[in-house]
Amino acid sequence: MSAILKKFKRSKSANSIWRQPLAVVGIVIILTWTILAVFAPWIAPYDPNAQDADKFLTPSAQHWMGTDELNRDIWSRIIYGARISLPYSLLLVFLSATLGSIIGAISGYAGGKVDSFLMRVTDVFFAFPGIVLAMAVAAALGPQIRNAVIAVTIVAWPVYARLVRGLILNAKQNDYVTASALLGSSALRTMVVDLRPNLSGPVFVLASLEVGNALLLLSGLSFLGLGAQPPAAEWGSMVSMGAVNFDRWWVGLFPGLAILTAVLAFNFIGDSLRDALDPRTAKALRD
Amino acid sequence: MRPVSGERKTRKRPLSGTGFAPFIIRRLLTSIILVFGVTFIAFSITQLVPGDPVAANLGQSAYSDPEIVAAFEKEFGLDQPVPVQYYKYVTNLLQGDLGVSLSSKRPVAEDLKEYFPATLEIALIAVLLALVVGLLLGIISAVTRDRLADQIIRVFSLTGVSMPAFWTALTAFYIFFFVLGWAPGTGRLEPGGEAPPTVTGLFTIDALIAGDFSTFRQAFSYLLLPAVVLAIYAIGVLTRFTRASMLEILGNDYVRAARAKGLPEFTVIRRHVLRPALLSIITVAGVAFSSLLAGSVLVENVFSWPGLGQYAYRAAVGLDLPGIMGVSMVVATVYITMNLIVDILYRIIDPQMKDSA
Amino acid sequence: MNLLTVENLTVTLATGSGDAQAVRNLSFNVGHGEILGIAGESGSGKTMTALSMLGLLPYKGKASGSIKFDGREILASTKREYRDIRGKEIAMIFQDPMTSLHPMLTVEVQLTEHLRHHRKVSKAAARNSALELLATVKIPEPASALSAHPSQFSGGMRQRIAIAMALACEPKLLIADEPTTALDVTVQAGILKLLHQLRKDRNLSVMVITHDLGVLSSLTDRIMIMYAGSEVESGATSDLLQNPRHPYTKGLIAALPGNSEVNSKNLLSIDGMPPELGNFPSGCAFHTRCKFAKASCKETVPEVLNLSSDHRIFCPVNPFSELSNSGSK
Ligand SMILES: Nc1ncnc2c1ncn2[C@@H]1O[C@H](COP(=O)(O)OP(=O)(O)OP(=O)(O)O)[C@@H](O)[C@H]1O
Ligand code: SF4
Ligand SMILES: [Mg+2]
Repeated sequence: MSAILKKFKRSKSANSIWRQPLAVVGIVIILTWTILAVFAPWIAPYDPNAQDADKFLTPSAQHWMGTDELNRDIWSRIIYGARISLPYSLLLVFLSATLGSIIGAISGYAGGKVDSFLMRVTDVFFAFPGIVLAMAVAAALGPQIRNAVIAVTIVAWPVYARLVRGLILNAKQNDYVTASALLGSSALRTMVVDLRPNLSGPVFVLASLEVGNALLLLSGLSFLGLGAQPPAAEWGSMVSMGAVNFDRWWVGLFPGLAILTAVLAFNFIGDSLRDALDPRTAKALRD
Repeated sequence: MRPVSGERKTRKRPLSGTGFAPFIIRRLLTSIILVFGVTFIAFSITQLVPGDPVAANLGQSAYSDPEIVAAFEKEFGLDQPVPVQYYKYVTNLLQGDLGVSLSSKRPVAEDLKEYFPATLEIALIAVLLALVVGLLLGIISAVTRDRLADQIIRVFSLTGVSMPAFWTALTAFYIFFFVLGWAPGTGRLEPGGEAPPTVTGLFTIDALIAGDFSTFRQAFSYLLLPAVVLAIYAIGVLTRFTRASMLEILGNDYVRAARAKGLPEFTVIRRHVLRPALLSIITVAGVAFSSLLAGSVLVENVFSWPGLGQYAYRAAVGLDLPGIMGVSMVVATVYITMNLIVDILYRIIDPQMKDSA
Repeated sequence: MNLLTVENLTVTLATGSGDAQAVRNLSFNVGHGEILGIAGESGSGKTMTALSMLGLLPYKGKASGSIKFDGREILASTKREYRDIRGKEIAMIFQDPMTSLHPMLTVEVQLTEHLRHHRKVSKAAARNSALELLATVKIPEPASALSAHPSQFSGGMRQRIAIAMALACEPKLLIADEPTTALDVTVQAGILKLLHQLRKDRNLSVMVITHDLGVLSSLTDRIMIMYAGSEVESGATSDLLQNPRHPYTKGLIAALPGNSEVNSKNLLSIDGMPPELGNFPSGCAFHTRCKFAKASCKETVPEVLNLSSDHRIFCPVNPFSELSNSGSK
């Protein structure tokens, strides 16, 4: 059986990530945001789009984080913002991990010309300034959070492709793949049945490390006006309101802190997961 | 050395062998192919997604006038089939012509000449800062593994890579400009300030060349805050990477062998660990540098820094294909060149490590 | 008095699934000028035993028990005290000569750095000693070897360099961790001869680790066999090799190529894999593979059974006590 997955599983149960303080902090933060997002209508003190307060109220007992230019309660908007930022970053990571894994799997399994072609393409994407391409795609598709997700997916898959290809090349040298090839398994079967368990662990860890980056890129695009559009309560575009009114510190500060805590939490978790992996895979993840 | 029985491998020193020149040529060729790959992918993707550059660049009323639209399309070659457009682009590129920007209506090469140095200036400072601080923190972190200092540095560096750059920029600007009044405003110079005569395009360097110290001081004070903000992410990356590669090398047999000799720990770290670690750190520093160029988009936006990032933003929003391609190529070329330099350094510094790397 | 006396050495390592004992209650000693061989399958804790002598266990590894060297207890040494022992009193040659030399440092640096640190000799003097050392270990053209990097040498030559490094400060005890495993046969013989010579010339005590019984018979005075972190049998080399008494040792020797041991091939052959760290079986750890195991073997950790003043086994069953018994049933 796959050594990597065994290690991964074992480290998950026995060397549990619950014993790593940073991971626990991360999990607690993400749980908190999840609860806030799910129960937003009950938790948020105000309607996120209601414009019934005064404009630019400083933080107070009524409005914990003050109000913005359009008289809206910032804390309520941040709570609703979790409904955009978290699911879309996860979706983005899921999409790019899937796309990248497929490309990497084809590349690693096929080998030869296909492999070198796909790896050249991957190299090109690595050389590419991701955010520039993402901006262009987002602008072309029209500024919408959905399009921003597509745009970032297009630039975010290569890391997974490289990882999966490397893992497959490693696994190919293992006996069981050769054995199953000898027994006449089809390529697809070999890939799905024999290799998948080997790959899912590291890919999962890489994905967990990438959620934070995804959130940063998405909210960055929104900050630039290329992601979620007003009046949607999205953290990045809320910060951009703070940029226009930078003397009202609370307008940009709190949504930014929301991004920071969520990204940090994901990174805490991803980092701890990686440390729980065996060193060789961990190194493959770093490079 | 004469070959001995039980020979496992023999390897020549790099420069004396025949392998070095072919290696460089091979790498150069791949680099050039990569650059063209970048143009191709940028071109394809921007063509694949729907979006009307004409609408993006003409005003409402102009866009409703078919004649103006036709003239615009003709001027920028948008009336041609896409493969023809790409063919033209590449043939022009081979002559050093990057086309004319749809949004600024100027040759892209000229635009880049103006905007690139501004970004280069903050990116260079940022990468220097990141190297010094990141290396130092990473080493301390690795050496004090799992102890308090390490824990603090790990949280610190994770925070560094988790901060949204645009927000960091905003917060820093608020604190240092608005509250403390230490930082000057936005831009590269004070309003109406005169740029030094262009040599490199880096205002600080150009001011020094011109012997104009007050402009130097001014330019420096303006670039400091954006550079530091830009550096934060890179510091996080380098700290984490330095720690990881130090720990990896600390686990090597040869480090244990060095310790088994009874050498002081300081010597072990400096002589046996740091050297090989530096090799891999160079690699990341190179990559980090080009990611800084791209990362500057968000920071420049906040500081109204007239650099590549701002230009890229305007080009993207304007669906200005030549502009987008120009920026992409600059950043990709820097990335590829960095990798090339690093690879060559690798080979020169250390012919032996290649197998293990 | 013995140069090295180890009592109840237990090494605990941190693994992915919690702490585990890689070495358990090990006691042995090495006399002046004696060569002790430690043998056992991969993972039996040989290297961890060796590293304990130098306080160089892996990260989060801990050793307990007692290690007396030259009359002093050294197990609880401070970092500083260890630094004075390492290289100078006890030197070690590591398992793999391909990885234990620093790839980026010249042979000269690696041969002289500890010499200069411990003995505070000048660069020139250190260089001269290095030349002598290289000659001792029979490296051709020592002068040009000094300025070379390890990658320019073959495995056998690297191992010689590693030995030279270990000898630089004239240690009293040399620990050689599988000094020949990574090398091919002709090179092996040269290294073994070299170690023999050194013992004769310098009255060096050597602890040599191997899983090659051939190495043991030609080099060592005494042998200790380990299984799953514990001793199973020890004794004088010829005695132990000709008259092994523990089922495990017996099996190992029967498995040697060209050994048409006794009648009972089946009984002696050892099936299965050695246990993994963290999953060592209870009682006598060998019971999962032992053909002579009784119910009690699973429960009780075997006590030492002295067969003679210098031959002992850890097997209360002692199935080979009467040779007529062997092979029956
Ligand atoms: N750094 C480490 N952390 C945790 N466990 C380790 C570490 N290094 C080795 N081990 C485990 O400790 C056990 C004993 O290892 P040791 O190296 O002493 O075996 P050995 O007898 O020298 O084997 P070999 O013949 O393969 O060298 C093994 O199961 C090994 O996997
Ligand atoms: S104690 Fe029992 S299991 Fe262990 S070697 Fe002896 S007979 Fe076999
Ligand atoms: Mg070993």
